[in-house]
Formats: sequence, structure tokens, C-alpha cells
Amino acid sequence: MNKKSFGSRLVAAPYLVWASIFVIVPLVMMAYFAFTDSSGVFTLSNITQIGKYKKAFLVSILYAVAATAITLLISYPMAYFMTKMKVSSQRMVMIIVMLPMWMNFLIRTYSWISILANTGIINTFLKSIGLKPLHLINTPGAVILGMVYDFIPYMILPIYSVMSKIDNSLLEAAADLGSNAFSRLRRVIIPLSMPGVISGITMVFVPSVSTFYISQKLGGNKNWLIGDAIEYLFGAGPEYYNVASAISLILMILILLCLAVMSRFSGDEEGGVIV
Amino acid sequence: MLKRFCSLILCMALICALFSGCGYKSRDLKLEGEYTKDFAGSQLNVYNWGEYISDGSYDMMDVNREFERVTGIHVNYTTFESNETMYSQLKSGGVSYDIIIPSDYMIERLINEDMLEKIDVSKLHNYGYIYDNYKNLFYDKNNEYSVPYNVGMVGIIYNPTMIDEPKHSWKSLWDEKYRGMSLNFSNPRDGFMTAQMILGQDLNTTNKADWDAAANLLKKGKDVLQSYVMDEIYGKMETGEAAIGPYYAGDYLTMLENNEDLEFFYPEEGTNIFVDAVCVPKSVKHKSEAMLYIDFLLEPEVALHNAEYICYASPHRAVVENPEYTYYKNEILYPDPEDMPPVQYYHDIDPEIRAYYENLWIDLKLY
Repeated sequence: MNKKSFGSRLVAAPYLVWASIFVIVPLVMMAYFAFTDSSGVFTLSNITQIGKYKKAFLVSILYAVAATAITLLISYPMAYFMTKMKVSSQRMVMIIVMLPMWMNFLIRTYSWISILANTGIINTFLKSIGLKPLHLINTPGAVILGMVYDFIPYMILPIYSVMSKIDNSLLEAAADLGSNAFSRLRRVIIPLSMPGVISGITMVFVPSVSTFYISQKLGGNKNWLIGDAIEYLFGAGPEYYNVASAISLILMILILLCLAVMSRFSGDEEGGVIV
Repeated sequence: MLKRFCSLILCMALICALFSGCGYKSRDLKLEGEYTKDFAGSQLNVYNWGEYISDGSYDMMDVNREFERVTGIHVNYTTFESNETMYSQLKSGGVSYDIIIPSDYMIERLINEDMLEKIDVSKLHNYGYIYDNYKNLFYDKNNEYSVPYNVGMVGIIYNPTMIDEPKHSWKSLWDEKYRGMSLNFSNPRDGFMTAQMILGQDLNTTNKADWDAAANLLKKGKDVLQSYVMDEIYGKMETGEAAIGPYYAGDYLTMLENNEDLEFFYPEEGTNIFVDAVCVPKSVKHKSEAMLYIDFLLEPEVALHNAEYICYASPHRAVVENPEYTYYKNEILYPDPEDMPPVQYYHDIDPEIRAYYENLWIDLKLY
């Protein structure tokens, strides 16, 4: 790349200032807290006492993987069919996908309580037609559903935007060369839409694995996910900032590892849009 | 173009209609203290619990607005959701407050750490309204730092349409009969209290074995519980999602307004009592304005509105003895001495013990 002009640096400056204040500085602070005790002396004890959060880490990752897989299964065909629609309908569907995002996600999550609760909409309906009520709220399923519902637009949008740019002539060429529909999907559409899938997975997996609100409201708040533990510790007082930072740091490293493994498996070298 | 203009006008009309409902009419107050306008144009930073002051809703007094009208001092009002949040805000020193309203044990800690400014109560015209039994308490033995604002006790709320009357004991929260229908506190101090009461412990015990025993008891009860909650208990009890759970007596009265089936009792083992009191932190910038504000909160009329809005018990003589007060002689807020359960205050606990029980609480949640 050529030497950047003064003008282009000037244009980038606001974001660079923003990023250094609100991204780099907090990261450095987090790392500092993670390796010091409350009086500021270097220690590894924060890291070594993380052992007891093992299960919370594991469960959080499992839930996030499940939620990401479900969102992908729903979003991929959805995005595909969107690209096949008339342009005006595409816009309409896009608005429908985005519509829930206009409301705060805390409120949307809270409203799932009144849908899933034992006295909620679903169970009231089941009882009124004489069926046995289902135990929905305070289950792992409810938490995963909450994640899927809250984060699904972040999967649909990137996949859709990549897919809609796939040149139709490529598909025609593949058909001319004897590809059937399935093989066109496998050999043309999926590989070309991979960058969208990867960034969709990242954008769903990362908030899912670190979420705290959804699990507390829909999961009964009896067993913490790792995000709940971090939130609790930060609220418990300044003397817990160090352990909480250590957990956050480990969580970040685990997320990076998960994403690295995933992009390796996806086998697409130029797919690393986000990772 | 005309079409756009019309829709713009319509939108604006709609927005105006939305806000027009919020008009607040100030009242004619009969004030007993003297409120100079000497500080007009000055600021006062007040830091209080959420939903802890009459704010003009339900056709009641907007206390801060009235104070502004009477004194000309502008009130910057912010809220916190736990004593600990308030403490870390204050400790971090990023913002300065003139008035804070913490609970007893937190006041004790703030005094010990030299974070509170002395208040000369003899300068408060309305201080005489505070009952003597809320003066000289353990956290402020000489009434030098705090003026009581509200009093509360913890009890158990249940829904008799869902379950028969439970035993009046904390053990009911452990009862297998209520599996999946019972709640407990999601904050450690109150959560531990429910178990400590069953075990007959001192709530402020410094014996680690006591905390271990309480934690074990909580672990045993965890499977029966539906969930650990704080303010979610409102929705859960009001809709019949949960049948039994512990909360603050005043909040039960609020729930009762939405579900009149609910019942309440104080467990026979005893319970926690707390006092929230008005204090002035060391970082105060507007001391004289703060004194005016404290006196204003003690005005009988203001205190009455606050007591009705908050629904907690009042330490204010002119409120409690006012026959027009909604909760006049209410047996839940003001039980007769012979119906009064044995009560214990939370004290500020030694940091080492605090760290110990916090750790046990984390283990309970990670179990």
C-alpha cells in the first residue's frame, strides 16, 4: 500500500481516537486487573482460582454453540430465499427481520417470560384446550431460545448481503456445465457465501457465550453462565474486579480459540472477514 | 411536498399528545421549616434507591419538583440499585453527591471509613418527628451522621389460591410441597439470612463454620426453588407464576394492589429489620442546600407522600399517627409489639468474613 495521505489519516482519526479510548484502554485495564490483586501487586492467583468456574465456562460454550447452530440452520435458507424474491419483497422481509431490533433486547427478553411462563401465553392456551401444560421457562431450552431470538438478525443480515452479491451468471455457468441444483448449492453458493456465514457465526456466538441477562431471566438464575458470574462479581464490589477481569480475559481467549478453530474447519482462506 | 408536510404536522401533534398527559401541578404545601431562597440557582446532587421517592405519579407529590419550587435549588436526582453499587460509586470518587440514602450497615461502613460528613440535627427544624427508637442505633450511636428515612422488615409472601397456608417459618421455602413454586433472594446477604434464621444464628456471625452451615442449607434448598429473584418477584407473585417467596414487607403491599389474593407473614424464627437513612458524604459540595433538603424530606406532608408512595414503614411520628395515612395502623408495617417477630439488623461485616460468604454464595450459584 502507498504512503497514506495526510487527508486520509485525518479522516481515520476520529475512529482511531474512539477505538483507543474505548477499546484499547479497557483491554489494557482488564489485563492489568487480571494479573494484580486489589492493592495493585502482581499475582497469578486470579487466574489460578478460575478452576471453579470450569463448569460455567463449559455450559456457556455449549449453549452458545447450540444457539449458533440453530440460528445458522434457520438463517441460511432464509437468506437464500430472500435473494430469490422480488426486490420490493426483499426490502419488506428485511424490515421484518430488523423490526425486533428497534426495541431494546432486554425488553424483548423480558417479554419471553410472559410467553414461556407456567402462567404464560403458551401454557394458558394449552390449558384452555384441555392439554397438559408444558414446563418451558427456567430450562436450558428457554435460554437457548432467548439467544436465538435475540441474535438471529446478526446471522441473517451478513449471509443475505453476501449471497445477494453472488453473480447469477456463475450459477447459469454451473448449470450449463451440468451441475444439478444440489451440486450448484454445494459447489457454488455455499463456498461463495462462506464469508457471510463466518461473520454471522462470529456475531451470534460471541454475544451468546458472554450473555448474562437472558440466562437469568429465562433460566431461573439458579446456575450461572459465565457471563452471569462476571456480572455478579463486578457488582459485588471493587475487591472483585480482579477475579472478574481474569474470568473475562480467559473468556476472550476461549472465544478467540473457538473462532480460530472454526475458521480452520471452514477451510476458506479468504473467508476471514471478521476473525 | 404537501403530503409530507401534513404527515410531519400529524407526527408532531401525536408527540405533543403523548407528552401532554405528563403535566404536573404543584401543590400548596403547609411547610413547618423555613426554606430560604438564598441558594436559588444552586445545584443539589441526590443519590437514592430506585423508586424511593414520591415522583409525581399516581397524582401524588413530586418531592424534588416541590423542593425546587420552594428553594430555587436545582435537584440532580440519580438512583442506585444496591448499597454496594452506591458504595463503589462513592469510593471511585468520579462523581460528587450531596445527599445519599444508604442502609444501616452501609452507613456503619461509611462512617468507619470516614466517608460521611457530620450533620447537626439540632439545626433541622423537623428532626423531632423521628421516633426515639430509630435514634441512637448501632450504626450511628450519637445521631451525628444520619437521619432515618424508611424502615423495613423481611417476611414471606404467599398465594393462598395456589397453596394452603404454609407454616409460618423460613423452612417453608425449603418445603418439598412447593417444589418449583418457591423463590428466594438472589442477593447473598438476604439469601443467607433465610438460612441463618432457621439455624438460629446471629446474622452478623464471624464464625466461618456458621456461614458454611448456612451455605449447606441453601444448597439443599436450591433444587426445590423455582428461582432466585429480586424485583422479578413482583411479576412472579402477582401473576401466580410462583406461590411463595420472601421479600420486603412494604413491597408486599405494592403487590397486593395488583393481586389482592396475596398473603404475608413474618416467620416465627425472626427476621431482618433495616433502616435506610439520609446521609451527607464527605465529598459534599453543597452542604447548606443538603441540610435544607433533609429538613424538607422531614416535612410531615412530604414524608406522608413518600410513605404512601414507597409503602415502607415510616420512622416519622406525624405520618404514623396520621389517621388519613393509607397504612395507618397497618398490622404488617406497624405490627403490635406482641406480634413483632424477633428482629436483627445487618451490621457491617469484616471484609475477610464478607469475602468468605461471598465465595460460598458464588459456589452455590455455580453448584
